[in-house]
Amino acid sequence: MRKLALVAALLAMGFTAHAATAAKAQVHVSHAWIRVLPGVLPAGGYATISNTGDTPLTLTGASSPAYAHVMLHKSSMQNGMSHMRMVKQLKLPAHATVKFAPGGYHLMLMQATHKVSPGDTVPVTLHFADGRQLEVDFTARPANAQ
Amino acid sequence: MNIHRRTRRLILPGMLLALSCAVMVLGGCSSHPSQLDWKLNSSIRGHLPDLKFQLTNDNGKTTTAEDFRGKVAIVFFGYTHCPDVCPLTMTHLHMVMQKLGPLADDARILFISVDPARDTPEVLHQYVKAFDKHAVGLTGSEDQIKRLAKRYRVAFNRGPSNGHGGYEVNHSSAIYIFDEKGHASLLATPVDTPDDMAHDVRQLITQEHAS
Repeated sequence: MRKLALVAALLAMGFTAHAATAAKAQVHVSHAWIRVLPGVLPAGGYATISNTGDTPLTLTGASSPAYAHVMLHKSSMQNGMSHMRMVKQLKLPAHATVKFAPGGYHLMLMQATHKVSPGDTVPVTLHFADGRQLEVDFTARPANAQ
Repeated sequence: MNIHRRTRRLILPGMLLALSCAVMVLGGCSSHPSQLDWKLNSSIRGHLPDLKFQLTNDNGKTTTAEDFRGKVAIVFFGYTHCPDVCPLTMTHLHMVMQKLGPLADDARILFISVDPARDTPEVLHQYVKAFDKHAVGLTGSEDQIKRLAKRYRVAFNRGPSNGHGGYEVNHSSAIYIFDEKGHASLLATPVDTPDDMAHDVRQLITQEHAS
């Protein structure tokens, strides 16, 4: 029984590793950073995500061992009001780039599992609709980072 | 020889008089806001009430608008659990303060919470100081905040739960700038550049100094 569990775990690990490399071949991420706010306040995550492949991709979510919850969000301004809404999925057409930047698409990182300080490297895994994943290193920056 | 010397003696005071007249004329111009070049929306002048409030500051002390007379007040309504637009705006305001240099001592960023349930003075204190030393966090009772928001036509409403124990607050993103006497002077938005904001805040401060 224990052996079976071990095999299953190894298989699962192998699958995850395979999924991660698969996404790496088609997705390029740069300028990945997190704006760290004091205390227990949620942080905003930003990155430039490019689909370098010939097929479209759909980003469905993100996760990180450093935060209990990571959500895809989009800020917008309408009639002088600032709104924020959850994004269930984001299409990345072939050879397209989407910028997660302040005032627009961003990751909302909630409930840090340990203290994240400016200068830290925070791993964040992007999840795609086809099951593929990509782990990206985000750099933690201070609240007033520009 | 004597006459020549006397003439010379007269020239210097004459020049000084002319110069001070020119300064007075310029000063007179600059104290007339409509003739200055404003980058931001200056049409609110005279159309919004003076800065007036009684709230609790981020040190837990009762504070009123009178405590900020003599400073240009840059007022922004937001909440600390807002991970994107509020930090972006506060960062822009920090950049404005940096661009002002020593003149920043004549201005204050007032961050007024539209989420008093979560924004205690302690939370606000850590928050505003993470952005700029000239920033002050203000909170109060639900009723105090509502009345103040109404006074400046600021709308805000609490959104649905985000499923993880939190919620968002939709809010007006306007930035109100009051002169050193507390008169509403300029209206900015988060898309105005820190350069434009710094230009106008500097102009407000120097105009006050000239008048």
